[in-house]
Amino acid sequence: MVKGDSAPSLLAMRGITKSFAGVHALRGVDLDVRAGEVHCILGQNGAGKSTLIKILSGAYQPDAGEIDWQGERTIIPSPVAALDMGIATMYQELDVVDGLTIAENIFLGHEHSTAGVLHTGAAHRRTRELLARLGHGDLSPSREVGTLSAANKQIVSMARALSRDTRLIIMDEPSAVLDAQEVKNLFRVVDELTSQGIAVIYISHRLEEIRQIGDRITVIKDGQSMASGLPVEGTPTSELIKLMTGRTVEHVFPPRPGVPASAPVVLDVQGLALRGTFDEVSFQVRAGEVVGLAGLVGSGRSEILETIYGARKATSGTVAVNGRMLRPGSVRAAVNSGVGLSPEERKSQGLLLEEPVFKNVTLSSFGRWARASVLNERRERTIAREQIDALELRPGDPDRAAGALSGGNQQKILLARWLVHGTTVLLLDEPTRGVDVGARTEIYALIRRLADAGTAIVVVSSEIQEVLGLSDRVMVIAEGRVLQTTAASDIDEHRVLDLIMEGVAA
Amino acid sequence: MSEQAPTPAPAVVTAASPEAASPLRRFLSGGVGRNLGLVIALLLIVAAGAITAGDRFLDVNNFFTIIRFASIIGVISIGMTFVITAGGIDLSVGSVMGLSTIVATIAGVQAAADQSSWLLMVLVAMAVGAAAGFVNGVVIAYGRVVPFMATLAMLVAARGLAELISNKQTLIINVTPFKDFFRGDLLGIDWLIWIFAIAAAIGWFLLSRTTFGRRTVALGGNFEAARLAGLRVKRHTVMLYVLAGLAAGIAGVMMLGRTGVGTSTHGQLYELDAIAAVVVGGTLLIGGRGTIMGTVLGVLIFSTLTNVFTQNNLSTSVQAVVKGAIIVIAVLLQQRFAARGVRST
Repeated sequence: MVKGDSAPSLLAMRGITKSFAGVHALRGVDLDVRAGEVHCILGQNGAGKSTLIKILSGAYQPDAGEIDWQGERTIIPSPVAALDMGIATMYQELDVVDGLTIAENIFLGHEHSTAGVLHTGAAHRRTRELLARLGHGDLSPSREVGTLSAANKQIVSMARALSRDTRLIIMDEPSAVLDAQEVKNLFRVVDELTSQGIAVIYISHRLEEIRQIGDRITVIKDGQSMASGLPVEGTPTSELIKLMTGRTVEHVFPPRPGVPASAPVVLDVQGLALRGTFDEVSFQVRAGEVVGLAGLVGSGRSEILETIYGARKATSGTVAVNGRMLRPGSVRAAVNSGVGLSPEERKSQGLLLEEPVFKNVTLSSFGRWARASVLNERRERTIAREQIDALELRPGDPDRAAGALSGGNQQKILLARWLVHGTTVLLLDEPTRGVDVGARTEIYALIRRLADAGTAIVVVSSEIQEVLGLSDRVMVIAEGRVLQTTAASDIDEHRVLDLIMEGVAA
Repeated sequence: MSEQAPTPAPAVVTAASPEAASPLRRFLSGGVGRNLGLVIALLLIVAAGAITAGDRFLDVNNFFTIIRFASIIGVISIGMTFVITAGGIDLSVGSVMGLSTIVATIAGVQAAADQSSWLLMVLVAMAVGAAAGFVNGVVIAYGRVVPFMATLAMLVAARGLAELISNKQTLIINVTPFKDFFRGDLLGIDWLIWIFAIAAAIGWFLLSRTTFGRRTVALGGNFEAARLAGLRVKRHTVMLYVLAGLAAGIAGVMMLGRTGVGTSTHGQLYELDAIAAVVVGGTLLIGGRGTIMGTVLGVLIFSTLTNVFTQNNLSTSVQAVVKGAIIVIAVLLQQRFAARGVRST
């Protein structure tokens, strides 16, 4: 039975859109939450989940769309207004104050007081009641929050939500910081909350959790709700993964010419491991070959790329480029050997957003044109302009701040950076994340062109279609293990999904 | 939730994307435009001086007095500009300067300088500054201590070390050629002013025209991106603090030239004046953007202001209040400017 089936809609969002500096974070999200249900929001990294939460918690204003709260059209102008309306948010980075006691945290901002004098006794009494309601009556209200485990901090955060007249609690990946026992406990508390008529929006990308706790699911991909309010029971996992990872539009993938067996091995990864994240990853990439890593978020795929690149230090295993061993944990060694990485988080890991395009393009190689350490910006601009023309980067102004460009063009900046530097191995983490449909095809063609020119390429993508369409060979990864390595032409999306699901279940 | 409250309304940010900016606004937010604001501020202060103190203020000698007064803080601020542009901070510069004046004037060094050349004292002071900066840099880059704490520790330790070495005595310089040099001038202009000017010119060139400067901006603009682009971020961090220390050492030499004595109390609170000048000069405290020209203007604004107040016999307390107000206004303007930029989220 679906809880709250007959319950009236508590929250209804229609056609919510939001963009930042011209980049669409949300492009039409519908969400319908009923009182007393656990409504799961499912989506890959960057799908727009956090933006959606921030709109609900009043931190952002949507560009367009409607929000109905308890049947009335409304706007949520500020975080304080959201709290007053009865919407509480439990962020991943818990917003509890470590130096204060549990009671002080719970009543922070709405203390029991007379003329500014705190009623500690009353606060402690109320705190005990609230903690008891959450099944944690054993916690002392006077305990300092800094001494609590992450799980108990969540309890404090929830008690704070309950201390106000909260109707909806948003939980942003609460299980990410918990162990199995604590997750079980969390689920009990969530049950407790819903039985009191409180609605919970539960965000996670762990499918098995959603199965256990969720009533209905909304799947978000590329800032759009792919499905809204699907019942958890009766929706097969494969359907969910497909909604989450499947393509929205037919993409044109460039033809694969095939890699001759005589092509030299450029990248040789042997027994690479990073404790607690992935284990025993071995593979080779030949010149001109594209190898794709398929797997869900959290499978370790980004970490594998970052470890090859030296941004993380491998616990064991080796990486060799053109037969030469790379020093572990040294990005410099990798770059000097001709390895380039286009990171998953373009803005926080890849670009100097305030700096002009040309300086971003030459970031790894500006020293090359310098004479006695004196920069040659004219040469850099010329080089950048060549790349701008070759990659059809728009707007084509080398002096425009990188942050003002669209996702697709920012991706091209990163590709241009490595083209200019000259790479033999290119590691691409989510190369089309946040890139709109039109630009994707261009980026696919670009990647293939790089491969045809002899670059060995490793691609990570959340979209299985993309991995299959781009790669010559595919490695399927789940929970930090390589499940299968095979020619992309010998495997299809269903088989990959099956493998991933078996891997997750194992 | 209380921590979430100050999130700025992003609607303002998107509304003022670079495309939407008017040409005037774009000009004003560019490098020239921002320094133009500082020039206007400086001219206003000069005008205030001219009106209130008249010829006494406008005298050419007074003009040189202002720059002379600015020179020592100026050199320190130039070093500080690099550190702050790279997203760091160096609180130890004043103490390190004090330490350098002590080490350069201990009996042994003076005796050796007498035997060889007075330049030995200069080299010793610079070496002391660079060494202290090196320690700062290593602790920050390899020990992963936040710059604020690492350099705060150096602030305390360097001052203590200076007191230990000098036994809290003032060390008088007996090396006559050293004193003679700083009593002299070049083309009628005081050596302190020359050193400041040369340091500013080198600093400007280094920050805006060299690979060193590009790396500095990259580190402050996005440390992770710089690291993943293959820049040697740790090594560069060490070099930045060595540079700041070196600047403090040079400032120590200048202080010795001006006062003729080494003492552990030289340079107290100079770090704050330097940070104020750098920030007023338009360098972002979070890093990623900074100009030497702005810093020089920032230093000159403060020293001209002090001069105007002194000419009018106003107390240093009033000066302090006005200085504080200027810092706040500068930072407010900076934030408005930063809010117009592109967000990373």
